[in-house]
Amino acid sequence: MTSYVVRRLLDLVFVLFGVSVLIFLMLRMIPGDAVLIMLGANVDITPDRVEALRRSLGLHLPLHEQYWQWLTGVVRGDLGRSIWTGRPVLDEILARLPVTLQLTGLALAAAIVVSFPIGILSASLRGGTADTVVRILAILGLTLPSFWVGVLMLYFASIYLPLWPTIGYVPFADDPGGNLARMVLPVIAVSLPMVAGLSRILRSSLLDVLSLDYIRTGRAKGLARRTLLYKHALRNAMIPVVTVIGVQVGYLLSGVVVIEQVFAIPGIGRLVIGAINERNYPLVQGVILIVTAVFVFVNLLVDLAYAWIDPRVEYA
Amino acid sequence: MRRFFRRLVHNRIGFIGFVLCLVVLGAAAFAPLIATHDPFAQSIRARLQGPSGAHWLGTDNFGRDVYSRVLHGYRTSISTAVGAVLLATLAGGVAGLVAAYAGGWADRLIMRFMDILLAFPIILLAIAVLAVLGPGSVNTGLAIGIVYTPIFARLARGPALTVLSWDYVAAARALGAGAPRIMLRHVLPNIAAPLMVQITLSLSTAILVEASLSFLGLGTQPPTPSLGLMLSDSRDYMLLSPWTSVFSGLAILLASFGFNLFGDGLRDLLDPALRNAAA
Repeated sequence: MTSYVVRRLLDLVFVLFGVSVLIFLMLRMIPGDAVLIMLGANVDITPDRVEALRRSLGLHLPLHEQYWQWLTGVVRGDLGRSIWTGRPVLDEILARLPVTLQLTGLALAAAIVVSFPIGILSASLRGGTADTVVRILAILGLTLPSFWVGVLMLYFASIYLPLWPTIGYVPFADDPGGNLARMVLPVIAVSLPMVAGLSRILRSSLLDVLSLDYIRTGRAKGLARRTLLYKHALRNAMIPVVTVIGVQVGYLLSGVVVIEQVFAIPGIGRLVIGAINERNYPLVQGVILIVTAVFVFVNLLVDLAYAWIDPRVEYA
Repeated sequence: MRRFFRRLVHNRIGFIGFVLCLVVLGAAAFAPLIATHDPFAQSIRARLQGPSGAHWLGTDNFGRDVYSRVLHGYRTSISTAVGAVLLATLAGGVAGLVAAYAGGWADRLIMRFMDILLAFPIILLAIAVLAVLGPGSVNTGLAIGIVYTPIFARLARGPALTVLSWDYVAAARALGAGAPRIMLRHVLPNIAAPLMVQITLSLSTAILVEASLSFLGLGTQPPTPSLGLMLSDSRDYMLLSPWTSVFSGLAILLASFGFNLFGDGLRDLLDPALRNAAA
């Protein structure tokens, strides 16, 4: 197991290196002069300001030196400064990241909690028509545009629950109730596709496991249905579910970026969209770098959890 | 081909998906013919109406006919999605096949690069590409194509490695067949089935990603009709008339749902191991 962990960590370092190169090159691949584009239609741009920005971005150096300067900065936690506010990019991101992480975490938890009963229940419905209906419902859930669901929920909430706080965000520490109340609708919207995906995988994996010999043996020796299902079948059936959670977190993050726009939640999604609209490239780079790093770590954790749950996984 | 269609008719899920795909593709292809109005024509008097005989799906805040705009929106989103998936299939397929055929350091280099692309959450990579290229539907197609490339590279490489190890490929090589001939004549037909399934499923998700990006204002730009943009714009008028929001979102769902059902059915039909066993 140790060598497996070490190998995965080496992979991770390599992937993060590649990610950093791509994100670094972003600013350099913008057609035209990135500095002039960033300063845009500002009337008070003087050649001095252009030159100052160019220098602060390190654009006057040869490419490899630029990268080195940028990377050593990133490692020290210096992601540059936001072009417009002048605040460090890292501070801007850290101010928003908890909001997005809370939303993603709640959605992940909700999806897992809800998909288990659905997966188990739907596994007890078998046969031609039931299979077809369950599959169609699962695919419907997977392809539901979460931003549409969010928009519709906002509409219905404003009519039927006019007092419910639907949009915006308050920190949990200031007002726990208000914080959670505002999270309800976005969490539902963003976790629906994941609920569909997870319960579908759980169902098919449960059906596979239930047809195995050891379950038949258990039934033959008179184990209760419940014991058989919960103690023996479910644990094995969970393995494929865990493997897809890593991938699903990626979709979830994508959903969250969009849903923040619907519910006016001041997280990473709104930060990056705003940054693109005002051509604040250092901020765009910073957000993409940090969120991708978080995503890569989550995937590593899921892989390690998977190896831990299923001793049959090869570590070599 | 005829046998395939007979089986498709009997696969309920695949068949429903197939019909939905035909409807959506037909709507996109024949939009100018079957639209009842000019999708750009504004009418201040007919703003924010519900569905009626004159406007089947109602009108938006400029009094534009929503039904006609949905049809033209399909044109944008389907052509963007198809272009993106085509690009990903070609680029990823070629990269995967070259990696499998070349082996060694070229294989490692190509697949490592694909791993790096896969490390980004989908929408963030697309956003990054659009931040560089600027918004617009062509750039959106490029962005989604780049995001999907590693999926196809992996999909092509795995089975290609297996096929390349088979005796008849060695025989073909012994007879003097070059790399392109081996790849096209011998390897490609063997990986066509999973490729077809992945293409269909990718179209389904590409439609959703395109709609998301346009919803965020980074994809298709006004005045081009786009489903994501229609949904985004209509939010401000929801309390006056929710219909544009309802129908533009429903149209996105219908397209994505159709392609996903069809892909799911195709998987049953094309994968002999899964046939009859799918749950």
